[in-house]
Amino acid sequence: MVSNFGFGALVITLVVSVYGIFAAVYGARKNSLAWVESARKAMLLTFPLISLVALSIIYLLVTGDYQVQYVYNVTSSTMPLYLKVTALWGGQAGSLIFWSWLLASFASAVTLRKWDRDREFLPWVIVVSLVTLVFFVGMSIFFENPFVRFWQTAGGSQAVAMFQPTGATSLVPFDGRGLNPLLRHPGMVIHPPMLYLGFVAFVIPFAFAIAALITGRTDDRWIRVTRRWSLVAWLFLSLGLVLGSRWAYDVLGWGGYWAWDPVEIAAFMPWLSGTAFLHSVMIQEKRGLFKRWNMILIVLTYSLVIFGTFLTRSGVLSSVHAFSQSAIGPLFFGYIGITFAVSLALLLHRWNALRSEGEMHSLLSREALFLLNNLLFMGILVVCFWGVLFPLISELFTGQKVTVGPPFYERSTGPLFAGLLLLMGVAPLSAWGHSTVKTLGKAMWKPFVVSLAIPVIAFVLGVRSLPALLAFWLCAFVAFITLYEYYRGVAARIRRSEENVFTALWNLASRNRRRYGGYIIHIGVVLMALGIIGIELFQTETQGTIPPGGQMNLGNYTITFDKLDIFDTADGRNVARAVVSVERDGKYLGQLYPRRDYYYDSQQPMTIPGVRSTMEDDLYVLLVDWEPISSTGVTFKVYHNPLVNWLWVGGFVFIFGTLVAAWPDKDPESVRVRAAKRKMAASGVQSAD
Amino acid sequence: MNTAMKKHILLPLIALFIGLLWTGISYFSVQAQSPTPSDNEVNAVAKNLYCPVCENISLDVCPTTACAQWRALIREKLAAGWSEDQIKDYFVAQYGDRVLSTPPTRGLNWLVYILPPLIFLGGVYLVYRVLRSMKKNKPAQITPPPGESDQTDPYFSQLEAELEQHRKRGE
Repeated sequence: MVSNFGFGALVITLVVSVYGIFAAVYGARKNSLAWVESARKAMLLTFPLISLVALSIIYLLVTGDYQVQYVYNVTSSTMPLYLKVTALWGGQAGSLIFWSWLLASFASAVTLRKWDRDREFLPWVIVVSLVTLVFFVGMSIFFENPFVRFWQTAGGSQAVAMFQPTGATSLVPFDGRGLNPLLRHPGMVIHPPMLYLGFVAFVIPFAFAIAALITGRTDDRWIRVTRRWSLVAWLFLSLGLVLGSRWAYDVLGWGGYWAWDPVEIAAFMPWLSGTAFLHSVMIQEKRGLFKRWNMILIVLTYSLVIFGTFLTRSGVLSSVHAFSQSAIGPLFFGYIGITFAVSLALLLHRWNALRSEGEMHSLLSREALFLLNNLLFMGILVVCFWGVLFPLISELFTGQKVTVGPPFYERSTGPLFAGLLLLMGVAPLSAWGHSTVKTLGKAMWKPFVVSLAIPVIAFVLGVRSLPALLAFWLCAFVAFITLYEYYRGVAARIRRSEENVFTALWNLASRNRRRYGGYIIHIGVVLMALGIIGIELFQTETQGTIPPGGQMNLGNYTITFDKLDIFDTADGRNVARAVVSVERDGKYLGQLYPRRDYYYDSQQPMTIPGVRSTMEDDLYVLLVDWEPISSTGVTFKVYHNPLVNWLWVGGFVFIFGTLVAAWPDKDPESVRVRAAKRKMAASGVQSAD
Repeated sequence: MNTAMKKHILLPLIALFIGLLWTGISYFSVQAQSPTPSDNEVNAVAKNLYCPVCENISLDVCPTTACAQWRALIREKLAAGWSEDQIKDYFVAQYGDRVLSTPPTRGLNWLVYILPPLIFLGGVYLVYRVLRSMKKNKPAQITPPPGESDQTDPYFSQLEAELEQHRKRGE
């Protein structure tokens, strides 16, 4: 019943969306406000409709209607309520609906804004949003229907279909298979929505870009209107990536946070092009340059968003075989290909109108350095894209499967990331339009000299690795420059307006939140880089089997195996939990509880590390193996991860900086009006006095 | 002895020395191995091999039973005195190139290493062209963009501050 209702709502969504596209195009062509308004209403209607679809799925998940295949695949009766609800994005079919839901909500929110100055954009923004929605909803209806059910046919065989085949009866499994245990983690509950919010929000700037190309209004208005959307998209995407890394660190049990897995890279690629876009649009806003390039970047980001959505859930890129068998693989690629080609055709159509208004004047100007920044981001993107795609190409042409693993990505992107860090230090000091070695050197030499102390101190403390020393210097250089910039700004305000430090800091940041938010983001990146350097260059590990009371050493640390308990839990797990004591240089620090949970319903084990976490390092203990009813002992794997917590701290700082930069500003017009009002009010008060 | 001759003699000598050293090291490292190699020795080899069944998981951390068996196989081979390269070759022969962490440099695989740098160089060339056209068109005087204040330029911010003070006084 609820399945039929949900499916019906889904079909109506498709119909309404298709109508909305035609109404918008017709309205734009005939210049008819009534038709455009009708299209806008259609757009607004998609949100409640898709909400009904999503709520139907959630109802089925929570009530445990296992006749529905999706519910059977992702839930089981022992799962807690919050996991049953969030199982909406625990599988492919539900994820696609969730995606559509978010898109409908964002696109509806956009159509609710005041369009006075940008009325010509409206129909085309609706068209782009609805075309995207039609693709996803169509995919859900025809290929990844979350409402298909199990049936027992008259012949006694089992069938999966949306509607009851003639003569068939309902087949209701006793219990579901349960969510993949790896996904039963708070990080995994929040991580996909964050990523999807980021993905979906990038559709909005893309829609405006296409609207600008179609209407020929190719000034930077589309960028100004969508600036905040881009930042919000970027914020959520960054948050999704950080949470995903944290989840990997906590759950996957290999002592790391990032494995250059195609699924991770799929989420990382739109972030790369989006970051390049965020920097590059500033050049257009300030100097009127690179209009074509910004269009290319946002089109690329949109394509990568669709590619990422497809890759993160489907897994069909793992082999040519899986790809050719899946219906949605070719469809996704077809959609990406067509939208990319159409966007490029539009871009070529407006190529001349998108000529740069200004010219670059200096090799060291901010715009020139931002151009280099874009080059490096694109370099990393090419490496990632090619690394993900190559195994498929290799298999297609030679039949030989290959692995493109972390060493490939680390070696190719390492220097590019270092270059980006360096630019992050230098670029904020250069001026728009013109900078010289002299002006830059003058602004830079003090933090530069101070930063040299850091690798020297590291060397004295025993660090001998050249890449590590260089990386530490880079981090110090960027951090000191950024802090120095803050210091100069605050000092100037204190001198000028006699404010105290905190007021000065607050006013400085609120006067140009984009810039100072950006600086906070840069500090966040430096902190994250510290964590990455720590774990990538200084991680050590050891593995061994020890009997109860036995000890293992790693660096200064000693772990003692105290005991192992094996027991069943009420929520359907068999838990093997070891207790180990940790000492450092002979000093007792506490106990850790590495464990292995075996999920009966999905028949999958999950390794949960015992971690002792400080800002200096993490001691990360894994329970690898044990012999039941035997005293030979237990096998532990122990990782020592120096500085890794700075990665998470940096993540927080990064997100905070993005919030500062993206926090809703009062509309420029209304600010002006309000300022005028305030002035009037003030003069009124004065005259009354 | 002229320098060319010196080179002729020195190079083989150095090569011989390195060769002896390497043989010595590998001899002693084989000797140093205990009858059953430790988990760390096994993991050191397994770290550079990829699970033939799971996607993108290196053999030292893969939790599946199959991978545990492959680790046991590595242990056997190590105990039999095999070197890391021999074990790698053995795995490649058994399961194909996909057990290596990066594609071996031959045939089509060259593409994976060559294409990204080529595209990057293309990008460098594009940027170079943009910057070159900039130099040609260099105007005699540079005017700051209208309506934008830039705080990095000290003169500009000073000017801005003075203007603001002026305005305040005016009010």
